[in-house]
Amino acid sequence: MSIEHRDDTGARFGMWLFLYTEVILFSGLFILYAVALAKYPDQFAEASHKLNIYFGTINTIVLLTSSLTIALAITAIQRNKIKQTLTLCIITIVLAVVFLINKYFEWAAEIGHGIYPGSDYLAELGPGITAFFNLYYFTAGLHGVHILIGGTLIAVVAAMIAKGKVTSDRYTLLENSALYWHLVDLVWIFLFPLYYLIL
Amino acid sequence: MTNTTLKSTGFYSESPRSGILGWLLSTDHKRIGILYLGCIVAMFLVAMCLGLALRLELIAPGPTIMGPQTYNATFTVHGIIMIFLFIIPSIPAAFGNLVLPIQLGARDVSFPKLNLVSWYCYIIGAILAISAVFSGGGAPDTGWTFYVPFSTQTTTNVNLAVTGALMLGFSSMLTGINFVTTIHRLRAEGMGWGRLPMFVWTLYSTAWIQILATPMLGITLILIVLERVFGAGLFDAARGGDPILYQHLFWIYSHPAVYIMILPGMGVISEIIPTFSRKPLFGYWAMAVSSLTIAFAGSLVWAHHMYASGMSDFAILIFSFLTFIVAIPSAIKIFNWVSTLYKGSIQLAPPMLHSLAFIFNFAIGGLGGLALGAAASDIHLHDTTFVVGHFHYTMFGGTGFAFFAALHYWLPKFTGRMYNHKIAVISWALVFVGFNVTYMAMQAVGVQGMPRRYYDYLPEFQTLNVVSTVGSWVLAVGLIIMFVNLWNGIRRGGLVGQNPWGSATLEWTVPSPPPMENFGEEDPIVTKGPYNYKGVVADEY
Repeated sequence: MSIEHRDDTGARFGMWLFLYTEVILFSGLFILYAVALAKYPDQFAEASHKLNIYFGTINTIVLLTSSLTIALAITAIQRNKIKQTLTLCIITIVLAVVFLINKYFEWAAEIGHGIYPGSDYLAELGPGITAFFNLYYFTAGLHGVHILIGGTLIAVVAAMIAKGKVTSDRYTLLENSALYWHLVDLVWIFLFPLYYLIL
Repeated sequence: MTNTTLKSTGFYSESPRSGILGWLLSTDHKRIGILYLGCIVAMFLVAMCLGLALRLELIAPGPTIMGPQTYNATFTVHGIIMIFLFIIPSIPAAFGNLVLPIQLGARDVSFPKLNLVSWYCYIIGAILAISAVFSGGGAPDTGWTFYVPFSTQTTTNVNLAVTGALMLGFSSMLTGINFVTTIHRLRAEGMGWGRLPMFVWTLYSTAWIQILATPMLGITLILIVLERVFGAGLFDAARGGDPILYQHLFWIYSHPAVYIMILPGMGVISEIIPTFSRKPLFGYWAMAVSSLTIAFAGSLVWAHHMYASGMSDFAILIFSFLTFIVAIPSAIKIFNWVSTLYKGSIQLAPPMLHSLAFIFNFAIGGLGGLALGAAASDIHLHDTTFVVGHFHYTMFGGTGFAFFAALHYWLPKFTGRMYNHKIAVISWALVFVGFNVTYMAMQAVGVQGMPRRYYDYLPEFQTLNVVSTVGSWVLAVGLIIMFVNLWNGIRRGGLVGQNPWGSATLEWTVPSPPPMENFGEEDPIVTKGPYNYKGVVADEY
C-alpha cells in the first residue's frame, strides 16, 4: 500500500543541512582557537613549531587525493562503470586509513615527548602552549573521528554498489557520502594551516 | 461518555507490522508522533513531581524534607528533564510529527527512517539522563547549565547526564533537518508559501534554529566530557583556558534554544485563536516574518545571561540592545492575536482557554524578560528567584500552556474521541490560577532579594514562599485532573467527526484518526488559505 516516493533533490538538500551542522560543530573549536590565539600569540607560534610539518603536509596531500578519487567515483557511476567506481571507492578508503596511520605515528611521537592533554610536561611549558596543544588534540581528534565515520560510510556505500543497490540512475547515497567526505577534507584544509603553517 | 467503538481506527490498525514492533519499527509520522507524545508526557510528570518536592522544601527555612545536596541534585534533574526531555521536543517533535506532514498535504516527512532514528536518539538520551541519577557518584548537582569549573570538578555523575543531553541534541537536530527538507520539498499542489498554516511557519523557524544552534551545544558538551576525562584545562584560566568562554559557547546554543521552545507554541496559538474566533489570522505575513525574525534576532542575544560574569560594559550595552530588539517581533505576535480576537465570534472551548492563558502569561513573562534584559535592573535581579519566575512564565506559562492547548485541540483528531469539556474547563482554571500564584509569588520574592538555587532562606522571605508552595499544589491538582480527563477522553470519550472545531487547515479534512499515508489514493490539491473559514462547518460531537 505504500506509495513509492523518491526525492533525490530532497535527499541532497537534507545532506547540505547536515553539513551546516558539522561546520558549526567545528566552529566551536575554531572560536576557542581564535580567542586563545589572541591571548597568547607568541606561545602559539612557539608551540606550532613543535609540530612536525612533514606529517601534516603528507596528510594534506593524502586527503586531497582522496577527495579527488571519491569525486571520480561519482563520475564513474554516472557512466555506469561499476568496477571503476568500486576501485575508486576502495582507493578512497585506503587513503583514509593511510591518513589515520600517519596520524597515529605523529601523535605517538608527540605523546612520547610528553605532549598530551593534561600532561605535566605541558603544564611546565605554560598556559599558552597548553592551550595550543589541548585544542590541537581535540580538534584533530574530532576530525579523526569524522575520518572514521566517513570511511565507514563509503565502505557501506561501496558494498551497496557491489550488490547493485546503488546504481547509475540511483546514486544519491554515493553523492551524499562524497559530500560528507569533502567536508572532512575541507575541515582539514583549515586545520592544517592554523596549526602547522601560519604561526 | 459512550462506549461505542470507532468506525475506523486509521493508523492504529493499518501497519505493515503488527503488535509492539509495528510501533517500535514504524516510520509513519503519526506513530512516531504518538511515541514522542507518550514519552514526553511521562517525562513531564516525573519532572513535575521533582518540582513539587523543590517547592515543598522551600515552604519553611532550613531543611524540611531534604538536605542541601539532595536539593541541588533535585533542581538539576528537574531542569535537565524539563528542558531537554520535555520542552524542547514537546511541541516540535510530538505535534510537529503528528500534524506537520498532514498540514502540508504530504504522506510523511522527507526522511521517515531518519525520523525514527531521532526518536531512538531521544530514548537513548532519556535513558542516559535518568541512569545518571541512579549510578556513579550520584545525581548531577551542577544545575542544567553545567557551568565550569564546577561541572568539571564535581564527583557526581555529570558524564552520563552530559552524554544524554548530547544524544537529545542530536535527536532535535535530525528532526530539524527533516522538517526543513519536508517543508521545502513535500508541499502539496497549491500549497504555496503564502498558504502555509502558521504552525508550519513556526516549525520552519524552529527547525532552522535546531540546525544552526544545536551543534554548538554538541561541541560544548563534548568538551566537558573530554575535560573530565583528560583534565586538560580547556576551561581553566591557569592552564590557558577560559571559564567565561564556556558560558559563551553554552548560551550560543541555549539562548536560541528558548526560541526552539517558544516558537512552536506560538504556532499552536496562531492555529487555535483564528479557529475559535471564526476569523482569519490578523496579519498573516507579519506573523510569518516575525517568526523568522525571532529565530534570527534570538540567535544574537546569548550574552544577556552573563551580565554579571565580568564582560565589558560595551558588550553588555550591545547585548542589551539586541535583547530589546527581540521584544518587537514578540509584541507583533501578541498584538496580532489580540487583533484576531477583535470582533470575532469567540467560542471559549478548552483549547481556546489555554490559548488565552498563554497570551496573558507570555505577556507577563515577556515583560519580565525586558526587566532582565536591561543591564541596570539585571544586576539587581541576577540569580534571584525572579529569574526562575520569569522563565517559568515564558516556558511553562507560554510553551506549557501551548502544549496543553495543543493536547486539547489535536488529541480528538488523533484519537477520534472527545474529552469532557466541563472537567477540562475546571482543570484549566485550576492550572491557570495555581500557575500564576506559584510563579508570581516567586517573582515577588526574587525582587525582594531571595537568591535562586538556595535550599535555605532568611525568615522574612517565608510568607511569599508559602504562597508559592500552596500555589504549586493547586497547579498540581489542576494538572492531574487535566491529564486524567484527557486519558478518559482517549479511552471512552464520545466519537468525533473529521472536523470537530470547524478549522480550515488540511488535517481536519481527513478522518479522525487519520489513515496510514493520510490522504488515500489521491494527493490533495489546495485551493484556499489556512484561515479561510467560508463554508467550513464544525461537526457535531
